[in-house]
Amino acid sequence: MSQPFDKLLDARGLNCPMPLVNARREIGKLEPGQVLKVAATDRGSVADFQGWAKVAKGVELVGQETEQAEGANVYVHYLRRTA
Amino acid sequence: METMIEPRIASEPSRMRELEEKLRDLERRLAHVEGHVPEDRVALIVFSGDLDRVLAAFVIATGAAAMGQQVSMFFSFWGLSVLKKENQLSGKTLFQKMMALMSPGSSKGLPVSKMNYFGVGAKMLRSMMKAKNVSSLEEMIALARELGVRMIACEMSRDVMGIKESELVAGLECGGVASFLADSLKSRTSLFI
Repeated sequence: MSQPFDKLLDARGLNCPMPLVNARREIGKLEPGQVLKVAATDRGSVADFQGWAKVAKGVELVGQETEQAEGANVYVHYLRRTA
Repeated sequence: METMIEPRIASEPSRMRELEEKLRDLERRLAHVEGHVPEDRVALIVFSGDLDRVLAAFVIATGAAAMGQQVSMFFSFWGLSVLKKENQLSGKTLFQKMMALMSPGSSKGLPVSKMNYFGVGAKMLRSMMKAKNVSSLEEMIALARELGVRMIACEMSRDVMGIKESELVAGLECGGVASFLADSLKSRTSLFI
């Protein structure tokens, strides 16, 4: 389920709360309607991005998926800036 | 049609006044309620000067800021050590000097709440966190500032402990219980750490 996106944020190797913090920074640089793809290795990021999208204004979680890269799980999140 | 309704309302001026009064009352009550709805805001009291607890406080603060919340952190008593840049002894009373000598001179000297063993435990935790690529406390403090987290040093405990403003890092606000409560009462979440 690969999605189109406008920007890729590589948050692999980073731990809580950095994937979230960096995603916040990056999504602020996008135009409304554009999609940010975040690749993270932090397993907690799956629930974290769901929580963020629930609470934050102007952000929508479009989709999440898990990929395999070099024998490790990579958690991919697609976030759209809505406003 | 209008000509039929208007005379009817006009004929009941008391009913009309009653409705207007009710409407005004509702508007007043709505304004009151709106003034008491929590904002997207988180208030933290950092009372502890333990590395592990302070780390938890900064993870919550930076996470909340990233989620679009306004975050205020109030540093009180042992938590003031987090904001120190150095220990100074001049101009302090004997007890204040003793306290300064036994307190960390900066965030880098914070002990852990368990298994500290004279600082070995804190060093161990820091290296374990580094191995897992978790940001260090100092990185998180810098990040919190960058994200606009307000940091307030408690004036009363600073005064009691004799910590001078020149011992603290720059860019802090100072305040008391009311400045904390002013933020906390508007917050969805308030934590004492």
